[in-house]
Amino acid sequence: MLHQIISAGFGGQGVLLLGQLIAYSGLQEGKNVSWLPSYGPEMRGGTANCSVVVSDEEVGSPVVTEADVVVVMNRPSFEKYEGNVAPGGKLFVNSSLIDLKTERTDIEVYYVPVNAIAEELGNGRVANMVMLGAVLEKTGIVSPKTAIACLTASFGAKKAHLIPVNEQALAKGAEAVK
Amino acid sequence: MAVVFEKTKMLTDVPFHYCPGCTHGIAHRLVAECIEELGMADKAIGVAPVGCAVFAYNYFNCDMMEAAHGRAPAVATGIKRVHPDKLVFTYQGDGDLASIGTAEIIHAAARGEKVTTIFINNAIYGMTGGQMAPTTLEGQVTTTSPYGRQKDHCGLPIRMSEIIATLDGACYVERVSLHDVPNIVKAKKAIKKALTYQMEGKGFSFIELLSTCPTNWGMTPVAALDWLKENMIPYYPLGVKKEVE
Amino acid sequence: MAKKLMKGSEAIGEAAIQAGCRYFFGYPITPQNEIPEYMSRRLPQEGGCFLQAESEVAAINMVYGAAGAGARVMTSSSSPGISLKQEGVSYIACAELPCVIVNIMRVGPGLGGIQPAQGDYFQATKGGGHGDYHLVVLAPSTVQEAADMVMEGFDIADTYRIPVMVLGDGMIGQIMEPVEFRQPKKREVPAKTWAATGWEDKSRDRAVINSLYIEPEQMLEVTERLMARYEQIKQNETKVETFMMEDAEYCITAYGTTARIAKSAVLKARAMGIKVGLIRPITIWPFPSEAYEKAADQVKAFLTVEMSAGQMVEDVRLAVNGKKPVYFKGTLGGFVPTTQDMVNELVKLTEGRE
Repeated sequence: MLHQIISAGFGGQGVLLLGQLIAYSGLQEGKNVSWLPSYGPEMRGGTANCSVVVSDEEVGSPVVTEADVVVVMNRPSFEKYEGNVAPGGKLFVNSSLIDLKTERTDIEVYYVPVNAIAEELGNGRVANMVMLGAVLEKTGIVSPKTAIACLTASFGAKKAHLIPVNEQALAKGAEAVK
Repeated sequence: MAVVFEKTKMLTDVPFHYCPGCTHGIAHRLVAECIEELGMADKAIGVAPVGCAVFAYNYFNCDMMEAAHGRAPAVATGIKRVHPDKLVFTYQGDGDLASIGTAEIIHAAARGEKVTTIFINNAIYGMTGGQMAPTTLEGQVTTTSPYGRQKDHCGLPIRMSEIIATLDGACYVERVSLHDVPNIVKAKKAIKKALTYQMEGKGFSFIELLSTCPTNWGMTPVAALDWLKENMIPYYPLGVKKEVE
Repeated sequence: MAKKLMKGSEAIGEAAIQAGCRYFFGYPITPQNEIPEYMSRRLPQEGGCFLQAESEVAAINMVYGAAGAGARVMTSSSSPGISLKQEGVSYIACAELPCVIVNIMRVGPGLGGIQPAQGDYFQATKGGGHGDYHLVVLAPSTVQEAADMVMEGFDIADTYRIPVMVLGDGMIGQIMEPVEFRQPKKREVPAKTWAATGWEDKSRDRAVINSLYIEPEQMLEVTERLMARYEQIKQNETKVETFMMEDAEYCITAYGTTARIAKSAVLKARAMGIKVGLIRPITIWPFPSEAYEKAADQVKAFLTVEMSAGQMVEDVRLAVNGKKPVYFKGTLGGFVPTTQDMVNELVKLTEGRE
């Protein structure tokens, strides 16, 4: 298997973490992985994005241009990366913040109101995890269990109390695209 | 027969390459005697500059490194960080220290590097043949200021000791002169104190030695000593600029 | 030890520490700031010293001091900062001091940009500073390799008393990949009896770390010693990877980040029926000329791909020595070539359109 993923949004929306969790989880599940962030002025307050590759084979180019999964969390990212979905690929749109619809017919599109769902859970900051839940449900790149295990490991004892809400977010995201 | 005088073992037994009448030889001997008298000969690591003292590694009888032009304080920093228990010193001239190496000396002092810098100020570039230095006096004729140093054209000379003394990391800064015996005695005391302060971990210590360059000044050695006294000391006042007890 | 997901820059820092490096002198510049940041956090924990210098010029001279004092020491920077270090690098090379210098290349010339590039190949392999000298230059194409090369780089540096450069690009610095820290092959690394440590042991000569040899005879002796050592390094340390070259009719060649993309291009082109293989120099100095000489008898043409206007291609042409055409495809501006870009070039090659 080979998954090439782009995750994009505003800085602060957790798009880099979303990509990292996929990479961490892929590593845990014995895959070859790479995670490459955009860097430079873009990092400071503007849009952020990362390319993630999860593969059975050695990772060649870590720069993803034809993605089988694209996550866009805000409108500028939608406009920038809609065209990077390979034919037959999947586009995940944060419909809480993006009111555009794609005109492409050669891809699968999922509109998920991740901010609204996160607010319902009482923590707006888990919107990225809602999106991750949707992505994992539709792509099966890694198991949600692995993702939670990785998050638990990186959160440590201090932030352990946040694990349940993240778990719920993953589940709600998955439900939204079922 | 009683030995009344012995050359310090901290200098190697080779002739200096310095011009007749140049005060580098005195400066070398003072530094070497101080290190030996402090019992630090086996623990000293020196850094030579680029300039007339470029061959200092041939003369100081301890482990030595030769640095790129102006970089001796950075090299000394690297050495001292690896060997904090060693006595580390740089020996630099005015072109090396006050021109190309300004950043390195200022920041070594600002960091309070526990090293000692011996600064030879003779108001001219000696090695390259008598060009204007940052410490060349107003009106002084050199090969690159043939009409005399003009204030409007290139400003007035830099007083390094006064600058270094403003930095918190410096623990001891003194300007001394090598133009006569009483001053040479004072110079030795200053150097010894600077090295002692380093070993006590007090911070960066800096001794400026007003020196002569008879060859490039175009004077006899004796006239050069007088010229130093009459022209340099008024602009570069002697004394302790800073001392942290 | 389990593999960890780490940023290239941080893996480089950790690898240095694992290799026994306890001194780091640097100055901030994007895109490699994670290296000094990592060292500033980790070195004090290991009883080492991180120091942010006042400039790259000072940093490399602190490296000179620490290396001359016998320590394992590293500095890192990115292209414009590496230019500033060149004076010191030349002195270090002449004074025969071991150290590791990391260049995470960004696009140039001038202040350029902060995106990945490979425009410092000439500087790294042909001198960079003044005079007749070389660095050993290692070119990682993955984070794992970057870590391995830093660790082995210290051994190579100590073995030959030579500065070693690890030449990555912005992508290697920023990418996260799995990495494990593994000790390199065991070498007999000579003791640093030449180091200036204070002359307490009078059984050795007084240490003088120097690069000034005013007498031509002395300078000649030193240069000849360096050249002899470089020959030895060419014999012992040249490293190259060949991939699917056995039956190749075409050869694509690249180093570093570009090479991993070229590998994907080889697989993609093979799936289209193009018999292509890859030659990837792992050391770019010494350059693995023999691999190209050999391939020149086998393939119809070479394609060199670089994130530059054409630098390594000159060494490829020297090695191929006119036997077969050597084409070049460069990517400029800080853009990273795609697999498809390379496949397109390979298709052109087979159609004889170059």
